[in-house]
Amino acid sequence: MARAGFLTSTMLGFTRALARAMVSEQIARQAGLLQSLDPRVRVIGLFTMVLAVLLSRRIAVIVALFFVAVIIAILSRVGVGMLVKRVWLVVLGFTGVIAFPAIFLTPGDPVAAFAGGPLRITVQGVQTATLLIARVETAVTFTSLLVLCTPWTHVLKALRTFRLPQEAVMLLAMTHRYIFLLVETAGQMFESRQSRTVGLLKGAAGRRITARSAGVLLSKSIELSNEVYLAMQSRGFRGEIRILSDFHMRSWDYLGLAAFLAAGSLSAWVGR
Amino acid sequence: MHIPDGYLSPSTCAVLYAAAIAGWYSALKRLKRMLLSRVVPLISVFAAFSFVVMMFNLPLPGGTTGHALGVTISAIVLGPSGAVLAISIALAIQALFFGDGGISTLGANCFNMAIVASLVAYASYRLIAAGAAIGSKRRVAAAAIAGYLAVNAAALIAAIEFGIQPALFHDARGMPLYAPYPLGIAVPAMMIGHLTLAGAAEAAISAGLVAYLQAADPTLLRNTAGVLPATETASALMPAATTSLRRLWMAVALLMVLTPLGILAAGKAWGEWSPSELAMRQSAGQTASAAGDSVAPSAPPAGMQRLAKLWTAPFPAYAPSFVKSARFGYLLSAMFAVGILVLVSFAAQFWVQRRREVRHS
Repeated sequence: MARAGFLTSTMLGFTRALARAMVSEQIARQAGLLQSLDPRVRVIGLFTMVLAVLLSRRIAVIVALFFVAVIIAILSRVGVGMLVKRVWLVVLGFTGVIAFPAIFLTPGDPVAAFAGGPLRITVQGVQTATLLIARVETAVTFTSLLVLCTPWTHVLKALRTFRLPQEAVMLLAMTHRYIFLLVETAGQMFESRQSRTVGLLKGAAGRRITARSAGVLLSKSIELSNEVYLAMQSRGFRGEIRILSDFHMRSWDYLGLAAFLAAGSLSAWVGR
Repeated sequence: MHIPDGYLSPSTCAVLYAAAIAGWYSALKRLKRMLLSRVVPLISVFAAFSFVVMMFNLPLPGGTTGHALGVTISAIVLGPSGAVLAISIALAIQALFFGDGGISTLGANCFNMAIVASLVAYASYRLIAAGAAIGSKRRVAAAAIAGYLAVNAAALIAAIEFGIQPALFHDARGMPLYAPYPLGIAVPAMMIGHLTLAGAAEAAISAGLVAYLQAADPTLLRNTAGVLPATETASALMPAATTSLRRLWMAVALLMVLTPLGILAAGKAWGEWSPSELAMRQSAGQTASAAGDSVAPSAPPAGMQRLAKLWTAPFPAYAPSFVKSARFGYLLSAMFAVGILVLVSFAAQFWVQRRREVRHS
């Protein structure tokens, strides 16, 4: 027997997702370093930095890249407090749990022994765990900067210019649009169910409610897709996709691209 | 199961991106047989649905809750190609818009959760539910087992990706550079959570959704239901029969091309002699031997000679008189015969359809 906590936690999840999306859109509209660059430069540049983090084998280089990410975040008016809460602590919690046993399990030179010897902390173990945490924290910070500082429409436009099939870009754009509609619909369904729920629910009843809510949402989704299909047909859509692309690279953008490529290449070379 | 950036080496990411691109290309190519204007809203809305379902908290036995992946219901309703694209799009938006799952590992995540899981879910559902009626309880059980297997297959592949990292990517002192645990640790560590909670969550939501659809909207289950009774119509969502028809046409074309092989066969099919062939010594010998060494007639029976003149085939001996090459004659005969059969079949189909329309009007 349980309270209908799963309804509340699902609704909280929806609210959190909507709030995160709104914060991202707000940050992306602010004036800042990353926001001033062409979206294509942002996508290529930050992806280059992620690649540099992955290619570097030295912890010192990865830590240096982490500070580069922090400086870019500050210059792009992304609050460090938000990065701490939204990225660093979350990653530390997840990756920390995964990395912690490596301190003991990685074979190497022992630093300290516990439980009479079999449980040993090794130098290589500490280095492995530190390297993993530093790498994941830095890479996720760069990825988060891209997500926070680039409006979704700009990400899509940038993807178009990278020769991604137009059908794929169209799918991404439409899915993004309907996610919010379906999140709102699902949120209302759960809210109405919770308002009618009194007392305790058995586990099986909770599972049934969740599955049926998903079923109703599925039926609504299919109905929605049929309506969208008819709307597209009535507007004369015959499968040909035409896209307006109004990006123009300026000297500032070329400078930014060169800086990203130079920093990424240098880090990968020094950290090899 | 969303692998963040930093756990996999760049080369592993590149290989898995290549595998995912192959999967996306194949799925997109298959779906392009449908109208693009129909595919785009269907896959988009389904991807949005999968995204939202991934956020549902499902109460599990033991008082805990779990998240479903939503891949099984996508594979059951849309088929494998649709599910591959819908789940990939949902994962791409999670990574590019919400920052869940890495950008460098997007290929790996799509390979594990969209491609492997979709294919396993589809194959196991089709296998277990084969021949079952749409409203059968076997379909509910099949969905549960398919969900459980799909999530665990995806988790196992992810565990293998993690587990090969220390062996392949380490520094000179043997220190792992990416995910630090070998297969012996990575596989059990990853599978414990998926064999219990995540697998159970996907099984429960898939079974619950199939049970709901059986009662509320059974047409959505018909696309992947396999062979249906003649009274049931196929789903309007996806052209399920397209693949099998295409394969059938390819097989017919191959057989047509291979028809000249008949020339290589020595002798004559037993009992298919013409009056002149029956008179020949060799045929007579074969006849006698097949008839238990009884004496063959010295001349063709008079009745056979008379009836043989009733009908002269347009392509006697599989070669029209104007064709000099026997091989080309065989091929031409095959094409002619297939063409006639197709025409007759279309005419019959048209006639049956007209009869149905007249009956319904």
